[in-house]
Amino acid sequence: MDLIKVRNVQTVFGNKIIHDGLNLTVSEGEIYGLLGPSGCGKTTLLREMVLLQHFSGGSIEVLGYKLENIKRKEAQQLRHQWGVLFQFGALFSSLTLKENIALSLVEYTDLSKKMIDEIVAFKINLVGLKPDDASLYPSEMSGGMRKKAGLARALAMDPKLLFLDEPTSGLDPISAREFDALILKLREMLGLTIVMVSHDLQSIYDTLDKVAIIDNKKIAYEGTLKEVTSAKSKFIETFFGESNE
Amino acid sequence: MSEKLLITLQDDQLLVKFSQELTLTTITSAQTKIEKYKTKIFDKVVLDGTNISYLDSAGALFLYDLQQYFKNHNISVSLLLQESKQKQTFAFVEENCRNAKVPFLEKKSSFLEEIGKLFYSNYRGFLSFLYFFGQLIVTHLDAFVSLRRLRFKEIAFEINESALKALGIIALTSFLIGVVVAYQSAYQLKMYGANIYIVDMLGLSILRELSPLITAIIIAGRSGSAYAAQIGAMKITQEIDAMETMGFDPFAFLVLPRIIALIVMMPILIFVSDIMAMLGGMIIAHTDLNISMQLFLDRFNEVIAAKHFFVGIVKGPFFAFLIASIGIYRGLMVKDDTQSIGFNTTKSVVESIFAVIICDAVFSIAFTNLGI
Repeated sequence: MDLIKVRNVQTVFGNKIIHDGLNLTVSEGEIYGLLGPSGCGKTTLLREMVLLQHFSGGSIEVLGYKLENIKRKEAQQLRHQWGVLFQFGALFSSLTLKENIALSLVEYTDLSKKMIDEIVAFKINLVGLKPDDASLYPSEMSGGMRKKAGLARALAMDPKLLFLDEPTSGLDPISAREFDALILKLREMLGLTIVMVSHDLQSIYDTLDKVAIIDNKKIAYEGTLKEVTSAKSKFIETFFGESNE
Repeated sequence: MSEKLLITLQDDQLLVKFSQELTLTTITSAQTKIEKYKTKIFDKVVLDGTNISYLDSAGALFLYDLQQYFKNHNISVSLLLQESKQKQTFAFVEENCRNAKVPFLEKKSSFLEEIGKLFYSNYRGFLSFLYFFGQLIVTHLDAFVSLRRLRFKEIAFEINESALKALGIIALTSFLIGVVVAYQSAYQLKMYGANIYIVDMLGLSILRELSPLITAIIIAGRSGSAYAAQIGAMKITQEIDAMETMGFDPFAFLVLPRIIALIVMMPILIFVSDIMAMLGGMIIAHTDLNISMQLFLDRFNEVIAAKHFFVGIVKGPFFAFLIASIGIYRGLMVKDDTQSIGFNTTKSVVESIFAVIICDAVFSIAFTNLGI
């Protein structure tokens, strides 16, 4: 089943064209990567998929909802079904880790406090944080912890779909590999479909099933990593060239 | 060697002999010297760099530019360099210049263009404020349709944070304003022996105008700016984006509680300010004009109608709405850089005080025409 369908999407900022007719499809259970040189609009596309940004033309369908003419209520339902991890975590700085994770549960469900605490503890454990960290504020956490905390928050409502914006950037290599392993484990355990933007070559090879490479306003390649070098693109040559020797 | 640059003009040949270093620090003096000779007539130039001890990329660029200049004026140029390393430097610079010789075009814009741009950006700013306003009203309506959606916990938090914690400073400032106004007028009134009229003066000016304005200005400077900075910082750390993707409407979570908190608390703050300012005036009346507290209060009761008090209080919610919405709007306008937090915080204070004063003027005219 296709969870995300991007058809002929165009994005224009002022008089600068960012996307000129993008097409891609994300199927259920995939870990899907958006790659490309910096400034090519990967993050912009991700933001368009999660309703943070309008696009100028074309159509994006996420979990069966067409985003270009989505209603307020539908948008709200859609938002309950995905989780988003931002590049720097974007934890609410006025709340502790526990409160950050619990927020959606408190707002959207009628679970008892005890139940919520249990779920939160489970999610904290799931992403590899310690129970003692629960009462820390974001300012008291390290970069890696913030990412894990952001992931725990994104997973709070058990989403089907997870968006990750540069999940390993700014992490040291060991933490980055741990994070990759975590993502793979979560996909297996929770049956997630994951869409991520990444620059980390190791992480790309370790985790991704399928990639879309955006170059020069268009999709230069979409498919598995094995055949990526078959596509003609300067970016692909320089980015994947050496490692495939 | 004292002379770094030797220039000799023989017949139709100009010989420029460089020596020592030709680097960032020395090219300017060389340039001024050569500049003088550029007006003279010659058709052959020799740039002799054989004695250069060190050539950096700026020096090489300088040589390259000279070479190009003479070439463009149909003067044959020959450049002599000795060391291979310097030749390499020059070749490197030459190659890069040839590949990327796109002069930085300083975009000159005409006066009209500037005005047009300014007008357009202001127009866009105005539209975005209207957009903000529209969204605010929709959320307001939404919230009041079902009161359950109002976030009472956040409102209570904001009431404490932006109003109750401001009580001290408002009380102190108002007290001092009362003292100052009374002190100034006491001197004038004493000359006419019209001591008792201090009560009328203070009562009218403080209750109707001074207290609401002082309170509004303090709240704008204290809480309005805090709103802009808090929300601006949340925007930079993507917290607002995160809220949106989680389905939490920032308007319901961040905007409404702050606006409602201020609207509820502003009249109370003005009331406190009234009390403190009158107290200050009363003390001065007692010490300076020998009007006892009892006499002051009796006179106050007699001449100051309750409507004057209500005129001041009624302004409160309007001022509060302006301050809170401008502060929040400015916070949401913050872009992805730290500079814009400062810019927008400043703007929020300036604009909200300005808006409050305009609003006050409108009220003044309206109340006067209504005979209140």
